[in-house]
Amino acid sequence: MARLTIPAQELMYRGHAACPGCGPALAMRLLLKGFGPRTIVSIPACCWTVIATPYPTTALAVPLLDTPIESTGASISGLRAAADALGLDDLTIVGVAGDGGTADIGLQSLSGMLERRTNAIYVMYDNEGYMNTGVQRSGATPKGAWTTTTPVQGRSRGKPESKKAIMEIVLAHRPAYAATLNPAFPEDFVRKAEKARDHAGARFLHVYAPCPPGWKFDSAETVALGRLATDSGVFPLYEVEEGAYRITRKLGELKSVEPYLRAQGRFRHFTPAEVEEFAQDVRSGWERLLRLEAETAPLPPPAKTAASTA
Amino acid sequence: MTREVMSGNYAQSYAAKLARVQVISAYPITPQTSIVERLAEFVASGELPAQFVKVESEHSAMQVVVSASALGARTYTATSSQGLLLMHELLHWAAGMRSPVVMGVVNRAVAPPWNIGADHTDTMAQRDTGWLQFSPESNQEVLDTVLMAYRLAEDPRVRLPVMVNEDAFFLSHTVEPVDVPSQEVVDRYLPPRDARAILRPGVASRLGSFTGPEHYVEFRHELARATENVPKVLPEVEEEYERLTGRRYGGALPLYRTEDADAVLVTMGTASTTARSVVDTLRAQGQKVGLARLRMFRPFPEEEVRQLAAHVDRIGVVDRSYVFGPVGPAASELRSAIYSTPHRPEVRGFYAGLGGRDVTPGHVRHMFEELLRTTGPAALWEDLAAMGVVSDG
Ligand SMILES: Cc1ncc(C[n+]2csc(CCOP(=O)(O)OP(=O)(O)O)c2C)c(N)n1
Ligand code: SF4
Repeated sequence: MARLTIPAQELMYRGHAACPGCGPALAMRLLLKGFGPRTIVSIPACCWTVIATPYPTTALAVPLLDTPIESTGASISGLRAAADALGLDDLTIVGVAGDGGTADIGLQSLSGMLERRTNAIYVMYDNEGYMNTGVQRSGATPKGAWTTTTPVQGRSRGKPESKKAIMEIVLAHRPAYAATLNPAFPEDFVRKAEKARDHAGARFLHVYAPCPPGWKFDSAETVALGRLATDSGVFPLYEVEEGAYRITRKLGELKSVEPYLRAQGRFRHFTPAEVEEFAQDVRSGWERLLRLEAETAPLPPPAKTAASTA
Repeated sequence: MTREVMSGNYAQSYAAKLARVQVISAYPITPQTSIVERLAEFVASGELPAQFVKVESEHSAMQVVVSASALGARTYTATSSQGLLLMHELLHWAAGMRSPVVMGVVNRAVAPPWNIGADHTDTMAQRDTGWLQFSPESNQEVLDTVLMAYRLAEDPRVRLPVMVNEDAFFLSHTVEPVDVPSQEVVDRYLPPRDARAILRPGVASRLGSFTGPEHYVEFRHELARATENVPKVLPEVEEEYERLTGRRYGGALPLYRTEDADAVLVTMGTASTTARSVVDTLRAQGQKVGLARLRMFRPFPEEEVRQLAAHVDRIGVVDRSYVFGPVGPAASELRSAIYSTPHRPEVRGFYAGLGGRDVTPGHVRHMFEELLRTTGPAALWEDLAAMGVVSDG
């Protein structure tokens, strides 16, 4: 029955130009189902520039505005300002940008947009690298992953630094709503997109978006890999409203990260020790999230006991 | 109409208000700040019902107005120097997307070393972005030009962004009496923006897009044609403005006492006022000299320049900026415009007034003297020549 919660209306056309199994393409399809037809999408330079197909065609049933790579936050601020000035009250203003365009070169305009409480949704689809330019490392590339600029060669063992914690950066701005989404869990995904649409103020969605050629895995496995990512704790699903964390896919025991890593060529060089180091990072991230959820849980209504009336 | 005493910067703010701009976005930089501070007051008091997005950089400011313009809003921003340089990438987007954005630019020197004086290097560095550029000479002209800029920018034959430049401090912070047209007059002149060629909610459409060589050329050609329409549209825009306000400025290259002139100096911005008075003095002494004011730098008024060149033997071009070529940017444009004319006058370039240095009547007289001499360097550093140090370019 749960599947019936996903709207049937398609706002992304067939014939788009994504690679087979493209996570960002899947993500856009679900995002637009959640946001609905009164959406305007601003897209910077990223894979989606190309996926949306060249002039004079488009892959979206809603208006699309192109911008330079680093100005998505400013662009949706401008669209919102114009919508307000022109009395277009029913629009959902959305920026959809890659992790490079968001967490690296576009961080300033994202921060500006969040700080100004811009009434818009910023979506970062995270394929963990600069894919449009041919798989270079970004701040969101995980530690140890191979990319063309973090080779596995000589003394280089992939990216030496850890993945940038974009959600923490975003949450420091106290957005109205922030959540992590994974297209391998479409009901949760669309529910969060709808929830973001129905909030006012600055909203941020961090979307897990596997890239078969960039991560070097079989393009038939995008959804399976996505399920592994969340169930192993690599990409936990949660949402944050008014400072309160809520994990939306509870996991009893984390599954091993090993099948997740082994499915991808970008981690093929990992020694057992490197796998263990990766697993430890994932575990501590997950435990931290559990603590945050417990610490930020809204207080339950006071129980009527003799003590509480004192 | 009311007459008010105001700075060039306030002339920008009042004009933007009269134009009923709907979205403003800006980042502060000296000497632009008072433009946007005044606008912030207009918005705060409710006198101007606009959205003012206070961004974290000029790059974002330009993106805000480009995106707002894409949805159909009339937009305004202002900047200067480093801020304009930071916007550079977005300036191409504004023109390429055919966004009728109007921007006030207070011309200020570019660092290093830091300097906040008048200097045109900042706008000259944007000459190939597709923006139209005006350089008014007075605060009255600043206000009038901003209003005309919207008409020009939004004309369907043009649809291009426009910069209205002001010399730092000489205009931006100097007060003069300015006739402010009534809102009714401006409303007659500037109807609400025509909403064609914008993103429409609910309609599949894409603005910006990407394309291979099969269409890219056509996009550039369209841009070129729009620019070529400016000389046709500008006179209409000016005539209509004159009909409503009684003021006109004489097109892209207003001439002063150039008939029968042996030598003509070409100036931009506030140096023109000084130069005009020197022309009068020299004329009174029997010297046949004249002035051509480059009021519009982009698109470059090639036809007007060729007509001027047809009957003048010596033209001196004053550039308030240095670019790394044989002559200054305006001199270089002028030389190329007259290359194919049958009568090719001698053209000399002068760098004068860089980094806020004064261009005095003495400098102007010296430049005319140089120009009337038979030979001399292609470009002369007038600021240094006055101190006896001359280097040619
Ligand atoms: C100012 C600027 N620098 C570099 C580029 C080149 N560029 C285009 S897309 C891209 C990668 C973007 O990566 P990301 O945002 O992660 O999106 P993805 O390509 O992975 O979808 C880069 C570096 C550009 N367009 N503009
Ligand atoms: S390179 Fe990756 S992100 Fe880009 S279109 Fe292909 S699969 Fe999608």
